[in-house]
Amino acid sequence: MEYELNYNEIQKEAKKKNRQQSLRIFFGRGVTVKLCSAILVLFVVLSLLLPLVMNLDPNSQDLVNRLAAPSAEHWFGTDYLGRDVFARIIYGGRVSLMVSLLAGTFAAAVGIVLGLIAGFFGGIVSRTIMAATDVILSIPNMVFTMIIAAIMGRSVVSLTIAIGIGMVPTYIRMVNGQILQLKENDYVVASTLVGQSSLKILFKHLLPNAFPSLIVLYTINLGNAIMTESSLSYLGVGINPPTATWGNMVSDAYAYLYLAPRLAIIPGICIIVLIIAFNIVGDGLRDSLDPRLRGKL
Amino acid sequence: MTGYIVKKVLTAIGLVILISLFTFLLMQLLPGDPARIALGDGASEERIQEYRDSYGLNDPVLVQYWRWITNIIFHGDFGKSVLNSRDVTSYIHTRLPNSISIGLPGLIFGVLVGLFVGIVSAVKRGGWLDQVLTVLVNLFLATPRFLTAIFGVIILALNLHLIPLQGYTAPWDDFGDYVSKAFWPVVVNAIYTVAILARQTRSNMLEVISQDYVRTARAYGLSERKIIFRYALKNALIPVITIIGLQMQNIVAGAVIIENVFNIPGIGQMLLNGIMQRDYFIVQACVLVISVMTVFCNLMVDIAYGFIDPRVRRSMR
Repeated sequence: MEYELNYNEIQKEAKKKNRQQSLRIFFGRGVTVKLCSAILVLFVVLSLLLPLVMNLDPNSQDLVNRLAAPSAEHWFGTDYLGRDVFARIIYGGRVSLMVSLLAGTFAAAVGIVLGLIAGFFGGIVSRTIMAATDVILSIPNMVFTMIIAAIMGRSVVSLTIAIGIGMVPTYIRMVNGQILQLKENDYVVASTLVGQSSLKILFKHLLPNAFPSLIVLYTINLGNAIMTESSLSYLGVGINPPTATWGNMVSDAYAYLYLAPRLAIIPGICIIVLIIAFNIVGDGLRDSLDPRLRGKL
Repeated sequence: MTGYIVKKVLTAIGLVILISLFTFLLMQLLPGDPARIALGDGASEERIQEYRDSYGLNDPVLVQYWRWITNIIFHGDFGKSVLNSRDVTSYIHTRLPNSISIGLPGLIFGVLVGLFVGIVSAVKRGGWLDQVLTVLVNLFLATPRFLTAIFGVIILALNLHLIPLQGYTAPWDDFGDYVSKAFWPVVVNAIYTVAILARQTRSNMLEVISQDYVRTARAYGLSERKIIFRYALKNALIPVITIIGLQMQNIVAGAVIIENVFNIPGIGQMLLNGIMQRDYFIVQACVLVISVMTVFCNLMVDIAYGFIDPRVRRSMR
């Protein structure tokens, strides 16, 4: 009885230590990770809150003031229809962040469930899922997402789902691989021998062990989603104008590259900074959650 | 070894068949009736039915698929564009070489530079060169290709007047013109590959360098150059081969974007136009051609693996 109590306490203490250590490694990895976390928070806060505080209208046109230089009234100037670039950046950021978060979460949810089914149950179900994964991964991701987006129609929701579907196979592969690998471990074999049910093993041992890799993949996929979203919007397969996205702002700016290169440079830099931030936070998480993964993800 | 290759080839063929079926079914989900798109809104119901019959669009989906795939396999015939009844096969014939003239140099350039950068960073680990290269690699990993392309156009074309804005000349028409126009598209397409390979090569090299046999080699007093190139590199490059195989996909995805930014008449532009105009046979043909090339690349990588790493061969038995 007393032993049991101590054991639980020790375990709790160890978990707490572990978590503290992870946090310390995450933030102790130098100034870059801190800076990038701050940038992510800043992007989210600005795009969510700024429209509430300031009077920003991304779509009102002012044809007299086309391509105006930055001024007190228009911080980033105006575009070829006289629309305020700053307002469009903020609203475009909303779209980019929302699409990437929702697409990433959708892909993670569907991919993890399918990966668990494939890895855990095996047999014909597993083979079907893995064959479908192989097929989708053989078609270049951009092309596949483009086709799905064309099928679903041009809106924020359909683009989100298209990007999400395009990322599902990466989760299936990872979860399936991890489960197959973990299943061979002695402690899982021991749990089976002791008579624990499959579901309990799944949720108590397999899922928590696969978790570090998953959270890293999730973060990196958020960056990838922004890359895909902006590329598709640039190509005109993504979100319908006049809805502002960073991708279609660059595409609109193409005809005015000589007159007003900032119209392409400002949204371009936003895209790059956001993706870098996601990638570096992902790397930081990987190193703090599971150092063995370094170089493998 | 023969058994291993046969097995891999059969898997690849099965995969291609599945891909073709999958793409065909996917196309059925595209909204809009091809007959109505081709004939316009004013067309009478009779004309539409006639059109559908002439293209076999009224048959069951699997019958349509069977006709499509057997025509490709036995006659090399990809069908006709539903929009302007243009022959898709000859369309691909004129477009594919242009894409290859941009993609292949990009792939070769990307792989060579990527390996070089990765090895240099690993050998000089911690030094200023490694740090600069790592920052650049991270930057290029996070930059979508259309932005690299456009930033390059702003700097190199509009301000320095070093390269033309856009356009394309085939190398077999005028090689000098091809070089000046294709230079930046090729570099843009390669940069992502450079970044991915450099990162992977660096981390593999570091892992190998920390292993016991390298320490033993050092203890023997072998020169650092010999250790790196004779012993470490061989093992470090094995996982990199997989990444090289995957670059085919990256180059194709890049082609779709680059051909549209620089207005290059290649298969990527054809695919995008096909998707925009809902031209089924064009999209199907493009996706099939692209996937076959990808699967072929992966097959080559698998076979190369079998030769290089005996453990892989044995695990397949």
